[in-house]
Amino acid sequence: MTRAFRIVQRNAVVYRRIWRGSLFSSFLQPTLYLMALGFGVGALIDPRRAAIPGSGSYLQFLAPGLLTAACMQVATYESSWPVIGKITWARNYYAMLATPIAIDDLVVGELLWMGIRLTTVGTAFLLVASSFGVMPIAAATLLAVPFAVLTGLAFSAPIMAYAATLKTGEKFNILFRLIITPLFMFSGVFFPIDRLPLPVQWIAKASPLYHGVQLVRGLTVGDSPDAAVALMHVTYLVVLLMAGFVAALYTFRRKLQA
Amino acid sequence: MSRDSPLIVARDLTKRFQNFTAVDGVSFAVHPAESFGFLGPNGAGKTSTMRMIGCVSPVTGGELRVFGMDPQTHASAIKARLGVVPQQDNLDNEITVRENLLMYARYFDIPRDVAARRADELLEFVQLSERANSEVEPLSGGLKRRLTIARSLINEPEVILLDEPTTGLDPQARHAIWDRLYRLKQRGATLLLTTHYMEEAEQLCDRVVIMDHARIIAEGSPRGLIEQYSTREVLELRVPDDERARLRDLVDGIAERIQELPDRVQVYTADAERALDVVHEAGVDPDSALVRRSTLEDVFLRLTGHALID
Repeated sequence: MTRAFRIVQRNAVVYRRIWRGSLFSSFLQPTLYLMALGFGVGALIDPRRAAIPGSGSYLQFLAPGLLTAACMQVATYESSWPVIGKITWARNYYAMLATPIAIDDLVVGELLWMGIRLTTVGTAFLLVASSFGVMPIAAATLLAVPFAVLTGLAFSAPIMAYAATLKTGEKFNILFRLIITPLFMFSGVFFPIDRLPLPVQWIAKASPLYHGVQLVRGLTVGDSPDAAVALMHVTYLVVLLMAGFVAALYTFRRKLQA
Repeated sequence: MSRDSPLIVARDLTKRFQNFTAVDGVSFAVHPAESFGFLGPNGAGKTSTMRMIGCVSPVTGGELRVFGMDPQTHASAIKARLGVVPQQDNLDNEITVRENLLMYARYFDIPRDVAARRADELLEFVQLSERANSEVEPLSGGLKRRLTIARSLINEPEVILLDEPTTGLDPQARHAIWDRLYRLKQRGATLLLTTHYMEEAEQLCDRVVIMDHARIIAEGSPRGLIEQYSTREVLELRVPDDERARLRDLVDGIAERIQELPDRVQVYTADAERALDVVHEAGVDPDSALVRRSTLEDVFLRLTGHALID
């Protein structure tokens, strides 16, 4: 396990060089979204407050959803091109595998690092949201961050596994346009999915983002979530993470140790 | 393990991919402080052999032992004692020259203070001290290679695997690499290298195996192989096509062997000067004539009928 930690260290050293820009965008992005949608769209919706689940402001409804979606987006992006890069372009993984580092160390290390990265993304989002007067820093909202991170990891692991099967990144454009963007739109981030036609609801419920958003929103917006339902959401995300992890072990081995 | 027992032993080592055999039952042993080379054209199976030794490619058949251990079951323990210089650069472009060495040391769990000291010594050794804090990306191919060699030494490896260490470098950079590798050899390092440059094999290797089409076709010291498979000297002649037949008859008596290539005729003989005299006396006026010593290239040509580099 200490060997997996070496991968985390390596990524941390590289990240140190870009942290300012990265952290800035971690704050900027939520600020823009919350201003435009929370204040702008919220102003139109809030007079009909009764329609909003939890009967809070639209900003209150939106913030936890966006927090979770932000983790999904960063996880997706950083598990796609960078993985191909480390296999095909910069070939870092080959360099690492020439040392005592083994494939499982590599995959575990990358996921650990992703967890750390997403924690910074989630925490930054929380700080921004609390400055907007929603999601005040408290035990419940702090607990929300790990669940948003879990959601991100549930995307990261399968996408890493997929990335290791590709030679170029062109197919990621399809992944982003046809899967990630629709999930972002229809997983209950911006509106409750029970407004959607029933078949679309079923698709939405298959989305890991939906389960993540339900968890995070349940923790941060008033009504405490039903424990059994919450456990179901967590299970769904954990199963996806584990399946992705096992798949990544397989595809990484196939690619790097032929 | 006793001092002289081999560090690497392969018996009938085989690597098969789905529909082709990259390495077809090769056997060899590498001893401590030896410079051992795999010489052969691209696709001969050299890199596949190296990857199996480096524990990154599973063995399909036969037996392989590195430091007495099985790469299948003891990969990390073996890799801890190897230094690897890959064919394609895989330096970390996102950190500095010195950081590359320090980071690599972390992968081996080398304590930070030891790593820092070794990094500075190694940068000195490959003459990169002045670039210690520069980025990797702008370095020339030759400097990147030198950094890769320094990186491969960070764990004080018992065997250094070098896969085509100078391919793609200009002659000057190549000589700089040879110079460093020669120093390592003098210090008693065990080097295992693949190359398709016969000059590289002759300069650096105590012993070479010649590979072609996934098999080992000859083994010995560079000098021994030349003595066994070639003559001391070679006369290279370029003559017009219509003169070739006459030339053949002329040198038939004095040459041990004649190799006809598309652009030239190579006459293998103990005394190439005399052969050239005979040609001149007979009134044949070649476009060019070169007297040279035999090389491993000639050995390869003799054994396979084709050149090392097409």
